[in-house]
Amino acid sequence: MLDKEAIAKRIAKEIQHNSYVNLGIGIPTLVANYIPKNIAVCFQSENGLLGMGPFPTEAEVDADLINAGKQTITMLPGASLFDSAMSFGMIHAQKIDLTILGAMEVSENGDIANWKIPGKMVKGMGGAMDLVASAKNIIVAMQHVNKDGESKLLPNCTLPLTGIRCVKKIVTELAVLAVLPEGGFKLLERAPGVSVDTIKKATLGKLIIEGEIPEMAFD
Amino acid sequence: MMINKEVKNAEEAIVDIKDGQTIMLGGFGLCGIPENCIAALVKKGVTNLTCISNNAGVDDFGIGLMLQQRQVKKMIASYVGENAEFERQLLSGELDVELIPQGTLAFRCMAAGYGMPAIFTPAGIGTEVAIGKEVRNFNGKDYLLETAFNADFAIVKAWKGDITGNLIFKGTSRNFNTMMAMAGKITIAEVEELVEPGELDPNQIHVPGVYIHRIFQGSNYEKRIEKKTISK
Repeated sequence: MLDKEAIAKRIAKEIQHNSYVNLGIGIPTLVANYIPKNIAVCFQSENGLLGMGPFPTEAEVDADLINAGKQTITMLPGASLFDSAMSFGMIHAQKIDLTILGAMEVSENGDIANWKIPGKMVKGMGGAMDLVASAKNIIVAMQHVNKDGESKLLPNCTLPLTGIRCVKKIVTELAVLAVLPEGGFKLLERAPGVSVDTIKKATLGKLIIEGEIPEMAFD
Repeated sequence: MMINKEVKNAEEAIVDIKDGQTIMLGGFGLCGIPENCIAALVKKGVTNLTCISNNAGVDDFGIGLMLQQRQVKKMIASYVGENAEFERQLLSGELDVELIPQGTLAFRCMAAGYGMPAIFTPAGIGTEVAIGKEVRNFNGKDYLLETAFNADFAIVKAWKGDITGNLIFKGTSRNFNTMMAMAGKITIAEVEELVEPGELDPNQIHVPGVYIHRIFQGSNYEKRIEKKTISK
């Protein structure tokens, strides 16, 4: 089973050279720590920054420079700043190549729910509905089952949706899965030491298993 | 003679904001919020406001200060996660809240500033955000019709400005401030540094003064940081 850092490390391998990437809050934020040195990538923060760098040192902290999670950050050489309309403009114009975000539920046709638990959690969707509506490629980083042990990979989402038919790939503590255009979670890789059977038991939606499923490789 | 929009302070800038009006407030989280005007609105005690802002501040800062005084009737925002008083008022039914996608919020401000009655966006298609809204299909993809905001006042905060209303922002404090500045029927800008015409480089202006009706140099900016995060 993978911990959060290992999920982030596995997702980092999905990032293409010379791409623009938006990272959501939580595990996705950790992905930035594992980008291979030979891969050029530019991170977008949807509150108005391309070229987001690491967290600042104490001396570098600037109240006027935060990420979409409201954390203090820095800018890398070549960074640019803009307003929220342009930021979501570049998202909807599909200039951002990859969005990595967390989810509460994903359905076998690629629907995602990650913004609201009726009667319990009232926080809002922030930029998530925009990102999932327009990203060219969406990878979800999440736990395979919730705190009660129930699968988060479902035939249909039970929570209010964030977007429909948009998730392309899911990386959990147990597995890497592709969401097929015709529906279904196709098992691509197992976490080290995790059996196909364990993944079957944790997946309520349609799981497609073809041939031998390799273990994830970490460099 | 140069057009001069300078007012003395926040109290003078907001003097005619009335109960029941709709106001836009710039900022993302606590970054780039109009601290001086919020303090003046709290002092003035104006109530039944509809506030359009990406967030609702935290319990004891930003719009959270207005929520504490029950000055807000309705909040239109995209994310309100960091405010316990907000959540309490929402769950008890004291506060009416419309949560909308962040890009939709930005585009509805932008539309107002560009004189466009509405925009189309794919954000919210297939979700509860789409309920009751017109859907149009362009090139095989569905889009929601979302209308331009109509706000009595927009209140924004810039880094530098001149007395003709030209504004320059710093870092990620630009966020919603530029579109909201363009979207208000009356726009109030508070700035950290107010200068004479000619002192700002016209090449560097983010919002031209035509959109601004009142401007003043704010004071005692706290610029509170919501989540100070340091490299290990």
